[in-house]
Amino acid sequence: MNRFDYIRPATVAEAVAAAAVPGSAYLAAGTNLLDLMKGGVMRPARLVDLARVPGLDAIEALPDGGLRIGARVRNADLAYDPGFARRFPAVAEALLSGASAQLRNAATVGGNLLQRTRCAYFYDPASACNKREPGAGCDAREGENRLHAVLGWSEQCIATHPSDFCVPLVALGAVVEIEGQAGRREVPLEEFHRLPGTTPERESVLAPGELVVAVRLPGEAAGFAGHARYVKLRERTSYAFAVVSAAACLRLEDGAIAEARLALGGVAAKPWRVPAAEAVLQGARPGAEAFRQAAEAALAEAQPSGENGFKIELARRILVRALTLAAAGTPERLPALPASPLASHSGVSLHG
Amino acid sequence: MSLSITLTVNAVPRTIALDDPRVTLLDLLRERLDLTGTKKGCDRGQCGACTVLVDGRRVNSCLALAVSHDGAEVLTIEGLAEGETPHPVQAAFIEHDAFQCGFCTPGQIMSAVGLIREGQAGDDPERVREGMSGNLCRCGAYQGITEAVLQAQRRLAEPEQEQAA
Repeated sequence: MNRFDYIRPATVAEAVAAAAVPGSAYLAAGTNLLDLMKGGVMRPARLVDLARVPGLDAIEALPDGGLRIGARVRNADLAYDPGFARRFPAVAEALLSGASAQLRNAATVGGNLLQRTRCAYFYDPASACNKREPGAGCDAREGENRLHAVLGWSEQCIATHPSDFCVPLVALGAVVEIEGQAGRREVPLEEFHRLPGTTPERESVLAPGELVVAVRLPGEAAGFAGHARYVKLRERTSYAFAVVSAAACLRLEDGAIAEARLALGGVAAKPWRVPAAEAVLQGARPGAEAFRQAAEAALAEAQPSGENGFKIELARRILVRALTLAAAGTPERLPALPASPLASHSGVSLHG
Repeated sequence: MSLSITLTVNAVPRTIALDDPRVTLLDLLRERLDLTGTKKGCDRGQCGACTVLVDGRRVNSCLALAVSHDGAEVLTIEGLAEGETPHPVQAAFIEHDAFQCGFCTPGQIMSAVGLIREGQAGDDPERVREGMSGNLCRCGAYQGITEAVLQAQRRLAEPEQEQAA
């Protein structure tokens, strides 16, 4: 790990001023940042520690029935907050399907949005990576790339965004609150992450020194609570990133789908909302035929970026599974293996 | 740069001067406080051998900067027993042969204590396995670990049931 200066600001304004110095990085829990620094992938000259900054760790109810979630709220605290889990069960399920219990106890909301890709070539300083070193090339293109992107990728970068949390969040229209030296602004989560294009090192719309202070879920998003699921296919049962994942949130009226909110994870450099698939389902009767049509629309633009063509059909099937489970209704209690396609949605144990 | 922090480690208040902000909580415990029960496995948050409780919650101490935890209460494997009496989780691990080489065991036990405190697993072995998935055991003692966690949880719940009755 490189040497760095350590700064512990007492207010958001102090933090933003401190981080405006080039070479600075914010430290929340550090569960991703310290890992990257130990590997020499990130080498910030100063860390601006948010541990003592007040006003970042509350879950607040909003007048419209939505919630404002402070950027330093821990993943586990959010997932187990009864008011949150009741209103946004698919988001709670996604959170509990990510990482391990230890990491969820530490990792924060803001850090989850800003975590870096787990592309092995990005993590290996001996490999060429345009994201780590602009212009260096991309060893993933001809490398071990079966888990890489099938949507929105470029010749310069085929990495995916690894978050589970962001997938139902983007489906439900979450908004990111950002503080910078010029004041506060808001960006829909859908527009927060950038696709790689020719500048894969720029992963979000944050300007240098800007700080994510909160994520907001609008009250209308709670209208999907009765039919909301997240499904995540992993290469092992637990404690693994998604091969592909899907969030499906439905509002049913008189047996038909009044409105659908759908997003995919593990397929692109950002959580991938699929409005075309949502449109297919509007007014449709829930069922295998409509779900398959929606899945076809969701992946219509998908292209393999390497040995990963299988992910396209897998993503369709995981989306159909998520829709099928969502249509059956959100379970009273999350299954023992949250988001697992291997779990019974009723929460009954697989192994007796 | 000199940074001073206070930590309560196994109920003992400590003031610690850090000459380098890079020191992780894990390295602080092992190298500076001589509490080597907490193990360094992968040092990257993947194996769980370094699990300790910080303010009552299980975390990976390898991915925590000590300097960022000024004022925290830390509980390690050394602070778990009551004198010569093992903690119920420790006793259950012995009873169920929940280890072979023992390297992952302090992390497994601290993680189990955290899991039981969280109160989310109930008596469902599937939920216990899922809740313990952040702790790897290369000897493959998982069967015994799951049984030990379930038994310790029952024992820890007994006094409460007696009080309620």
